[in-house]
Amino acid sequence: MTALTDDTLPVTARAMRDEMIVFVFVALALAAVPFTGIYPFFVMQALCFALLACAFNLLIGYGGLLSFGHAMFLGTAGYCSAHALKVWALPPELGILAGVAAAFVLSIVTGYISIRRQGIYFSMITLALSQLLYFIYLQAPFTHGEDGIQGIPQGHLFGIFDLSKPTVLYYVVLVGFLAGFLLIYRIINSPFGEVLKSIRENEQRAISLGYRTDQYKLLAFILSGTLAGFAGSLKVFVAQNASLTDVHWSMSGEVVLMTLVGGLGTIFGPVVGAFVIIAMQQYLASYGQWVTVIQGAIFVICVLTFRRGVVGEIAHYFRRSL
Amino acid sequence: MQALYAQLLVGLINGSFYALLSLGLAVIFGMLNIINFAHGALYMMGAFVAYFLLNNDYLSIGYWPALIIAPIVVGIFGMILERTMLQWLTGLDHLYGLLLTFGLALIIQGVFQNYFGSSGLPYAIPDQLKGGMNLGFMFLPIYRGWVVVFSLVVCLATWFLIEKTQLGAYLRAATENPTLVRAFGINVPRMITLTYGLGVGLAALAGVLSAPINQVRPLMGADLIIVVFAVVVIGGMGSIMGSIITGFALGVIEGLTKYFYPEASNTVVFVLMVLVLLVKPTGLTGRAA
Repeated sequence: MTALTDDTLPVTARAMRDEMIVFVFVALALAAVPFTGIYPFFVMQALCFALLACAFNLLIGYGGLLSFGHAMFLGTAGYCSAHALKVWALPPELGILAGVAAAFVLSIVTGYISIRRQGIYFSMITLALSQLLYFIYLQAPFTHGEDGIQGIPQGHLFGIFDLSKPTVLYYVVLVGFLAGFLLIYRIINSPFGEVLKSIRENEQRAISLGYRTDQYKLLAFILSGTLAGFAGSLKVFVAQNASLTDVHWSMSGEVVLMTLVGGLGTIFGPVVGAFVIIAMQQYLASYGQWVTVIQGAIFVICVLTFRRGVVGEIAHYFRRSL
Repeated sequence: MQALYAQLLVGLINGSFYALLSLGLAVIFGMLNIINFAHGALYMMGAFVAYFLLNNDYLSIGYWPALIIAPIVVGIFGMILERTMLQWLTGLDHLYGLLLTFGLALIIQGVFQNYFGSSGLPYAIPDQLKGGMNLGFMFLPIYRGWVVVFSLVVCLATWFLIEKTQLGAYLRAATENPTLVRAFGINVPRMITLTYGLGVGLAALAGVLSAPINQVRPLMGADLIIVVFAVVVIGGMGSIMGSIITGFALGVIEGLTKYFYPEASNTVVFVLMVLVLLVKPTGLTGRAA
């Protein structure tokens, strides 16, 4: 098994300090967005995808597991949150909880099945499982098939924050994103994260050292899936709908693309990648299917010439982990 | 009972496509260590090449020549892809091959969608295979019978080529240990290119066969390839005969599901994959990977 990244740098106090400085700058910049005149809807959407990509990156970048079905968590959590908000008329916090809980359960089941095979088979299994769910949601009555769940009420978070106001919603989404991001950062730098990295580098050796690698991989899968579900629940408030697009394999592919562009196994890469890809989709929306062609071309170019991704290249240049 | 036999036949036809595609995937994986995500897109290209040959005013080449020309054209296209891109992935993690070929699939499908939209283009059944036969217990459209028989012959011929001939022996040896085979003076890189061409050609052949049945659509291979992935997970990629048998068997099971419980016909292959993974994680015929 060849390593994913050729320059894994040790986690030092200095590296962590650098990363926290970058984090604070990013957080401040994002917090300033409503004062800049940038369209907040675009940033909110990008933040949801950034969280999704970060969750995906936890699995591929640190566990070496390429999931080609992460849309299933996004879509499942989205449908469950949307259903809870609209049909059960639950308040936003419980709606989010419903979606995250659904993604949690789903990730236990799918994780248990898919970690039974390694490498390339793992990718094919996750893809097949998400396609299975796609067909289930296509036929299930509560998802309203092709129409999706539309006109979802946003409500008041904790009875105080009016989520129908764009600025309030923006800060709620931002706090959600930052919380998820910090949680992932904490996981990566925990002893658990270190074991995960050792499995990525050499699973046989990790087993011989006495680690039950399957349990680590399963836990990583559950964490990743649940956080991806959290992103899906947040997205429901932004888009106010939940549709089949979010469960489709092309969505799983987009998440992979975002992470690849930003840099597999980098901390900030998925965030950068998500903003790049979402911005590209916005600007090229009028070109129809050419967007798909361009996305494919980016895949090809990244794999052939640019495997470190944007953040990975910067980190490599400065010899820092970012 | 008529409906049951009809669905069984549809199942056998789908099974033929699963077998041809998973066979190609297995052969390619053996030599290149790449899961070819572009397989579905190249299957679609095979159907489109047949469509062009027939509908171009200067060519108007029919079904029978297309059956040979389309796999060759797509095979050459595949070999160009291998020479220009895939070969640079040697030594990298498997997942880069998956990502690269996924990107290629997006490009190919996107280009065709731009020019042809998403709706299906009709492709007529050749005159010699029109009509049907009454077998007593069911009515058999001749074309459908032809697809099943011809696919089976092609699958067995591929099996024979790989398992029983000198060339196949080189191929199997190079799969096991490319460096050693190269030291014996065999041009392994050229064999890899030809193998990719062969696998892709099989996909294009399946595309031509399916054109009169399923119409020609830019996305005809996009969902199919995911089902074929599930087939590959169930059967494993270690054995050629295993791929063929699993492909046909799953097609038949899908056909039976269409008759007995149509709601599950889309999902039955995936459910079976889950069951196989729970009972026998290495797949039915596969080695541990």
